Amino acid sequence: MGDLRDLYQEVILDHGRRPRNVGNIAPPCSHADGYNPLCGDKLTLYLRIEDDTVSDVKFEGAGCAIFTASCSLLTEALIGKSIEEANELCRRFVAMSTTPVEEECDTEGLGKLGVFAGVREFPARVKCATLAWHTFENAVRGSGESAQTE
Amino acid sequence: MSRPDPSACLNLSSSRTRQLLVGGMRQDFPIFEHPMRGKRLVYLDSAASAQKPQVVIDTVQRFYTEEYANIHRGVYELSEEATQIYEGNREKVRRLINAREIREMVYVRGTTEGLNLLAATFGRQRLGEGDEILLTEMEHHSNIVPWQMLCEQTGAKIVVAPITDDGALDMDAFEKLLGPKVKLVSVAHISNALGTVNPVKEITRLAHDKGIPVIIDGAQAVPHIAVDVQDIDCDFYVFSGHKIYGPTGIGILYGKAELLEQMPPYQGGGDMILTVSFKGTTYNEIPYRFEAGTPDIAGAIGLGTAIIYVQSLGFDAISAHNDKLLNYGTELLQEIPGLRLIGTAPEKVAVLSFVMDGIHPHDIGTILDSRGIAIRAGHHCAQPVMERFNIPATTRASIGIYNDKSDLDALAEGLREVRRMFG
Repeated sequence: MGDLRDLYQEVILDHGRRPRNVGNIAPPCSHADGYNPLCGDKLTLYLRIEDDTVSDVKFEGAGCAIFTASCSLLTEALIGKSIEEANELCRRFVAMSTTPVEEECDTEGLGKLGVFAGVREFPARVKCATLAWHTFENAVRGSGESAQTE
Repeated sequence: MSRPDPSACLNLSSSRTRQLLVGGMRQDFPIFEHPMRGKRLVYLDSAASAQKPQVVIDTVQRFYTEEYANIHRGVYELSEEATQIYEGNREKVRRLINAREIREMVYVRGTTEGLNLLAATFGRQRLGEGDEILLTEMEHHSNIVPWQMLCEQTGAKIVVAPITDDGALDMDAFEKLLGPKVKLVSVAHISNALGTVNPVKEITRLAHDKGIPVIIDGAQAVPHIAVDVQDIDCDFYVFSGHKIYGPTGIGILYGKAELLEQMPPYQGGGDMILTVSFKGTTYNEIPYRFEAGTPDIAGAIGLGTAIIYVQSLGFDAISAHNDKLLNYGTELLQEIPGLRLIGTAPEKVAVLSFVMDGIHPHDIGTILDSRGIAIRAGHHCAQPVMERFNIPATTRASIGIYNDKSDLDALAEGLREVRRMFG
């Protein structure tokens, strides 16, 4: 049984309270909305992409600390990554957050993002952590579809 | 074959009442033998659904093990007995809400189905273009959406009576809204999000003075207070079994017999008919006309036992226990820095709904969960209430007969931990 501290680590509390890269990009190369109807977490993610590289990411949103920290850390993690690297990181983040709690989860190379492994102890909260990442994938695809966790 | 009723073993003496007032009925509920997250379970979510006492679980198990058969069909002993037990439970429900007649008790799946049934039958029959349905701002979604669906079908519209800053119904505004176009009033007896007790008797009198029928959503009231539908004089009263310590999947729609008799059927099928031919069908009498298909027989039987169980404690004692814990919890929560109670109406039961500065209810919920404390975080299926108070969600602790002061101490300690973590 993981301790609650595994989830609400300093890094999540810090980014939950003082999220980085809040705002919009005008005009963005791409943007997408995400919404979790169950708990009301809501965001719009704005991307600037230059030469197949994510040159800027910003978000506007409102929700719980885990959601807000996840948005904030996503922006920090993805700025400067190639599209391919960013998509791979999204895939790995979602895989980590949704690995069954009794299995070892792979946090290698995820750095600070590894703290979200703690969310697996609280299945109702996994969507709070993954919403921003699904929204990023949609924004990159430029599909214009809204990411929904339900 | 005589049937020893598990509920008969309940001791109707005052020692149980004393026990409730001193420490709560935790020992009657086997769920509390199991820890949550390795901690003593502190269950403060009875407004969502109540836990089940052993005697209810035993009744349902006994029914499936020894007494099960379909009802109203068999010519054999088992079926006749199952029918007898099932029908006998209507009398227990009748006594619970002091209705006039057994045939006024319609079995439904729960409050939600009861309200949908009324919208689809009574509402459909009586409402037309331009007519108004008067609701309140504190209604649960299940007392909003069926009426919106009815409005789409009929061209009727919904009018909403506002609530005051402390979460009470604004009765002056309510009275003013009772205009000539209002054809139906439907209000919660007790708000699930705020705990406010509405003056349903006065509401009914005001509506009846203008010839308007009244529906009461009693989901939150029946577990906590003695309900007397004849005294209230409402036309319909709806509640769920699972909130009064009974099984899920069963609930009751009470309606005055003369109104039920005028209503068309709800669903078609077996049991709700007298004769069927392809030339036409004659419908059964009430309440069977509204009970198509094989019902939740075990649920109804479990509900009967839950009612006997609750009555063995008595609503005087249940109310006193509730008031004691509500007052105690209110004082404890008011000491938490940055915590604001939502819903502080003078007439209130069982619910402590609150927000904390800068902390999302879901974070509060998860931190409490890790301490073995079950509360509800969210909009409580009452989004208009959240809108009224300009908040996205609240954290809600709600009280049942198994709670005691130590549960509220644990809640307050958990909230102090939340405060420490979030600074």
